[in-house]
Amino acid sequence: MPLLDVRDLSVVFQQGGKPFTAVDGVSFTVEPGQAVGLVGESGCGKSVTSLAIMGLLPRRGNKVTGEVLFDDTDLLRLRPQDLRDRRGRDIGMIFQDPLSSLNPVIPLGLQVAEVLERHQGKKRQEALREARKLLDAVGIPDPTRRLKEFPHQLSGGMRQRALIAIALACKPRLLIADEPTTALDVTIQAQILTLLKELVDESGTALIMITHDLGVVAGLCDTVNVLYAGKVVERAARHELFAAARHPYTHGLLQSVPRLDAGRGGRLHQIRGSVNDNIPWPDGCAFAPRCDRVIDACIGETVPLEPTFRGGALRCTNPVPQEVPA
Amino acid sequence: MNDTLVELDDLKVHFPIKSGLLFDRTIGWVYAVDGVSLTIRRGETYGLVGESGCGKSTLGRGLLRLVEPTSGRITFDGTDVRALEGEQMRRFRRRMQMVFQDPMSSLDPRQSVESLLVEGLKAHGLHKDKAAMRTRLRSTLDAVGLPASALNRYPHEFSGGQRQRIGIARALVLGPELIVADEPVSALDVSIQAQVVNLLGDLQDSLGLTYLVIAHDLAVVRHISDTIGVMYLGALVEEAQADQLYERPLHPYTRALLSAVPIPDPYVEDQRERILLAGDLPSPANPPTGCRFRTRCPWSQERCAEQRPELRVFDDSGQRVACHFAEEILRGELRPHEVRAEIVRPGSEAAPGVGAELIQTRTDVPAP
Repeated sequence: MPLLDVRDLSVVFQQGGKPFTAVDGVSFTVEPGQAVGLVGESGCGKSVTSLAIMGLLPRRGNKVTGEVLFDDTDLLRLRPQDLRDRRGRDIGMIFQDPLSSLNPVIPLGLQVAEVLERHQGKKRQEALREARKLLDAVGIPDPTRRLKEFPHQLSGGMRQRALIAIALACKPRLLIADEPTTALDVTIQAQILTLLKELVDESGTALIMITHDLGVVAGLCDTVNVLYAGKVVERAARHELFAAARHPYTHGLLQSVPRLDAGRGGRLHQIRGSVNDNIPWPDGCAFAPRCDRVIDACIGETVPLEPTFRGGALRCTNPVPQEVPA
Repeated sequence: MNDTLVELDDLKVHFPIKSGLLFDRTIGWVYAVDGVSLTIRRGETYGLVGESGCGKSTLGRGLLRLVEPTSGRITFDGTDVRALEGEQMRRFRRRMQMVFQDPMSSLDPRQSVESLLVEGLKAHGLHKDKAAMRTRLRSTLDAVGLPASALNRYPHEFSGGQRQRIGIARALVLGPELIVADEPVSALDVSIQAQVVNLLGDLQDSLGLTYLVIAHDLAVVRHISDTIGVMYLGALVEEAQADQLYERPLHPYTRALLSAVPIPDPYVEDQRERILLAGDLPSPANPPTGCRFRTRCPWSQERCAEQRPELRVFDDSGQRVACHFAEEILRGELRPHEVRAEIVRPGSEAAPGVGAELIQTRTDVPAP
């Protein structure tokens, strides 16, 4: 049984009086201990999906439909106070910018201890001792001194570690990481990714990794969901996705990234246009205006997400043919 | 013919740290760029990589004298740039232009594209002949792949990739020889990055431009650069031909940096060896003694704390490296050791030197 089962999740914003569908029927599952990637460019709805799962979208002006089943409980239908009990205890979350997700006027130790006091009913002193252990576990040097310090006194990498410590304080069964390394330098990114990988492997926590960086996903995630314009367009196990992407968008994206281990030169593959090239027709594939393989059927009708024989899924009428290995 | 376009000799840019209400007392210096020497050949792309705070952007700005260098020499096509004064310097900048990272904040939202482009032409007195100016604007827009109708529109009407094209057009319209591109693609989405990277390549081919590309993304830099310089804490630690640097990185920092870049291929990712660096970049206001990298270096020795390694030519390939033990590390005679992450704060003593034993290669003992 999956730990998290997202079914047909949709989020509609009111934008200047007009409805705008940011997430359009996204479904995916996360098994216990599994690392699942949500990949896409800005505006594809990957962050909004995670916020909707956590119930962190403002209620006014947004319509969230579908089901988010965690342990067979629909998170979308929980009362706010019941949801608060689960957030931080069962599900932890790490955001992109650690400086804006930490409280600048509260010492770090209290921010970690707060979670333990709230969810595990620990007393302040006990919670602080536990907080010290947590900071040590995520690799923050000199944790005793750090407890009394404020977020601005820490470097970006340290802040992100602190945030991971807070998210993992109650040993959640699911951790949602929204672009956790985008604001960091590569060497620090490598530290944080290694840390996440170890934590997931050791504690059996499931992970949803939201990122635009295909390289990050390649090393970390078991299953990868590729999003475009609020829809899942392709899902596959990572080795399959990177070896033989079927959707023209995934395929193009993989070819347009310069690789460190490739030689210099040549032109990169280009995907023409930009995400803002919206479809001028109501149905059909949102990627059609930018797609090299567009055919009439892409424009006329809504393309369903069909399961592929290797356990993945694909939303395309004219997919990239599978290369036959020589 | 002399094919060197730009030559930097021991360039330093230091920023004062000020304190006090009434008098601006200088209480210290940030050594943003601390003695960099490099040459950029005409028509090549020189890629400058490093993490945030390593001084790569300051170096680019110092080269154009957008920030005034503290000392050192900048030679551009035989002219000593730092000797130029006021009006001379302003006129000279026509030959060296800059493309910035974030097109949204580097383009004035209230200026139409035409006004943005004409501004530079006016500053250099190239706007007198109206017909010629129109042709120039159109051909520039055409070169960066924007329609002529873009002239009457404003930056917010364009997407991120198109805005970066406007930024490039603004640099190009004056017909420069050198373009300093500071993180030209890092604010863009992956699919758009490729478009801009290709555009930069096409423009170089057709116009014979020389680029100094400053970026933190090693994969992008490797794709477009002929020569790559790696900076750490204000100094160049290694410089080599792009392929050479990737095939045989000599400096421990370069090795760590290369091993940290994720590659979008699970088979490669599963097998890669990673050199994880401990801790963070030390403060450039209080750099470690000796080798700047020694506090995070898994190969550091006592000598590294005492003596700052010079950037020296390693071998015939022209690869330059600033490491005392580059040969030993390359031959595997020096074993990496544990480095405990240290908290580096301004004002406190830098971490003490850590010593690893030098492994003696012995020939008298048979291999087990």
